[in-house]
Amino acid sequence: MRELTCIVCPNGCSLKVNQGVDPWSITGNLCPRGIEFARRELTNPTRTVCSTAQTSFAAVRRLPVRTRGEVPLASVRSVMSEISCLVVDHEARTGDTLIENVAGTGVAVVATADLADLMERENCNGRPICSGD
Amino acid sequence: MTVRNVDIAVLGAGPAGMAAALVAAGGGADTVLIERENHLGGILKQCVHDGFGLLRFGEKLSGPEYAGRFVHMVREAGLAVLTSTFVAEARRDHEESVLMLVDQSGVTELHAKAVVLATGCRERSARQVMIQGTRPAGVMTAGAAQYYVNVLGYLPTTRCVILGSGDIGLIMARRLTLEGAEVLGVFEAKSTPSGLSRNIAQCLDDFGIQLHLSRTVTRIFGGDRVEAVETAAVDENMHPVAGTEERLFCDGVILSVGLIPENEVGEALGVPMDPVTKGPVMDQNGQTQVPGVFVCGNASHVHDLVDYVTESGELAGAAAAAFVTGRRTRRLLPLKADSTFLLYAVPQFVDMNAPESGAVVYFRSREERGLTVVAITAGGVTVARHSYQHLRPPEMERLDIDLSRIPSDTTALDIGAESLVMVEVRS
Repeated sequence: MRELTCIVCPNGCSLKVNQGVDPWSITGNLCPRGIEFARRELTNPTRTVCSTAQTSFAAVRRLPVRTRGEVPLASVRSVMSEISCLVVDHEARTGDTLIENVAGTGVAVVATADLADLMERENCNGRPICSGD
Repeated sequence: MTVRNVDIAVLGAGPAGMAAALVAAGGGADTVLIERENHLGGILKQCVHDGFGLLRFGEKLSGPEYAGRFVHMVREAGLAVLTSTFVAEARRDHEESVLMLVDQSGVTELHAKAVVLATGCRERSARQVMIQGTRPAGVMTAGAAQYYVNVLGYLPTTRCVILGSGDIGLIMARRLTLEGAEVLGVFEAKSTPSGLSRNIAQCLDDFGIQLHLSRTVTRIFGGDRVEAVETAAVDENMHPVAGTEERLFCDGVILSVGLIPENEVGEALGVPMDPVTKGPVMDQNGQTQVPGVFVCGNASHVHDLVDYVTESGELAGAAAAAFVTGRRTRRLLPLKADSTFLLYAVPQFVDMNAPESGAVVYFRSREERGLTVVAITAGGVTVARHSYQHLRPPEMERLDIDLSRIPSDTTALDIGAESLVMVEVRS
């Protein structure tokens, strides 16, 4: 009997998995995603890796990034190593691919913010009231 | 000094404020969104981890992505936005709120028919948890560490302990580990964790970081920089137990010891506060005891999901827009929480004259519980009930009420556990 905490959603269901029967008996899940999570977690656990990347822009030191999908838990360290070598030198936008196939996982690393937005000061700055510009 | 008039001033452009301003302006009210920082998005800007937006968008987004979607909506709607603008003073004048705004151009006196407080919350600091003495560098809140790492790109510690098991502390345990720091453990004085179970699983267990319950940091050593800490077990009265002390060498102490709603502007406007939630006393649409002053998001009570923060912003924004177009008398029924069972329940009052027939009640259990039926009763009549598989203090739960089910002669509502059934699944 294995006990797991489902990390798919904020409910964080406590799952109990009996691997001694075929198919495995999985209980404690509030939805089918819990079953899928438990199967994956006990065969090939995967995670989304979220981090930040260095940029070549002085005004914005880091750009938030993440893997577009999940990567094997065992690859998380090598994914981080590759992200730490990345220098973003263009005005990447949310969802833009920054690394195609990170650490051989087949998963891309994408920007999760617009670099230009982080640099820009909001339009209305310094004016007492502005409307709609 | 410039004097301006608006219908609605929304204070704070985090997820609550952006949602409130979008809905208020969409309802036709002349609305201005005021933010003291340079950019919109609030704390989400530095929350690069994912898990945001599952309820709202059906996707697991990172904080900047979630915020970004609302920033785009704000721009597309052409909302009036003031960034780098600080509310220096607030007062009431003839049923209006008067805000003294300071920005680069100087001071503006803003008269607003309605104000939406979306000022978020602040982290409890070292002084607030009785860490006294000299101030070696390296003692910082989890949010400060998050800002150093995610925005500035600095690693503020190479080897640290985390005091408190709040979600931001758990998130930072993972983040610091991934960036190459060594996290020696998370120390929680209480016997149960403060953060969500899924964060303990994915932020600590994944990296073999130990969570030490009923154990705290009793001393911090170091002159200019933290050099070591002493930890000790605590008894049920939170007193350190002699003989259990252990010294750990480290250069950082990260604090994740609670969040407190930020309500300085609300207090200046004379808004009565709830000593338990530390947020304003309010109705289901966020209207406080001061007519025309609304509150939403973490300023009202600390939420654990941004999706609910957005929802509360939308309710407050809609209610503020309705307030400026035509006032109506509220009929407020107090919602009394059974304090032996619940840490708190909000809203503190339900407005029976609200145009919408539904109201959402949020609550937190005082203790961990298995299957529990929670009910809201009006003079003995059950008006809402729901069964919960699990109740845990870190997890805010919601319960919907249909106001039409509340008898017209009701004077108060009660929320509590209807029955308690412990279910043990064995196989």
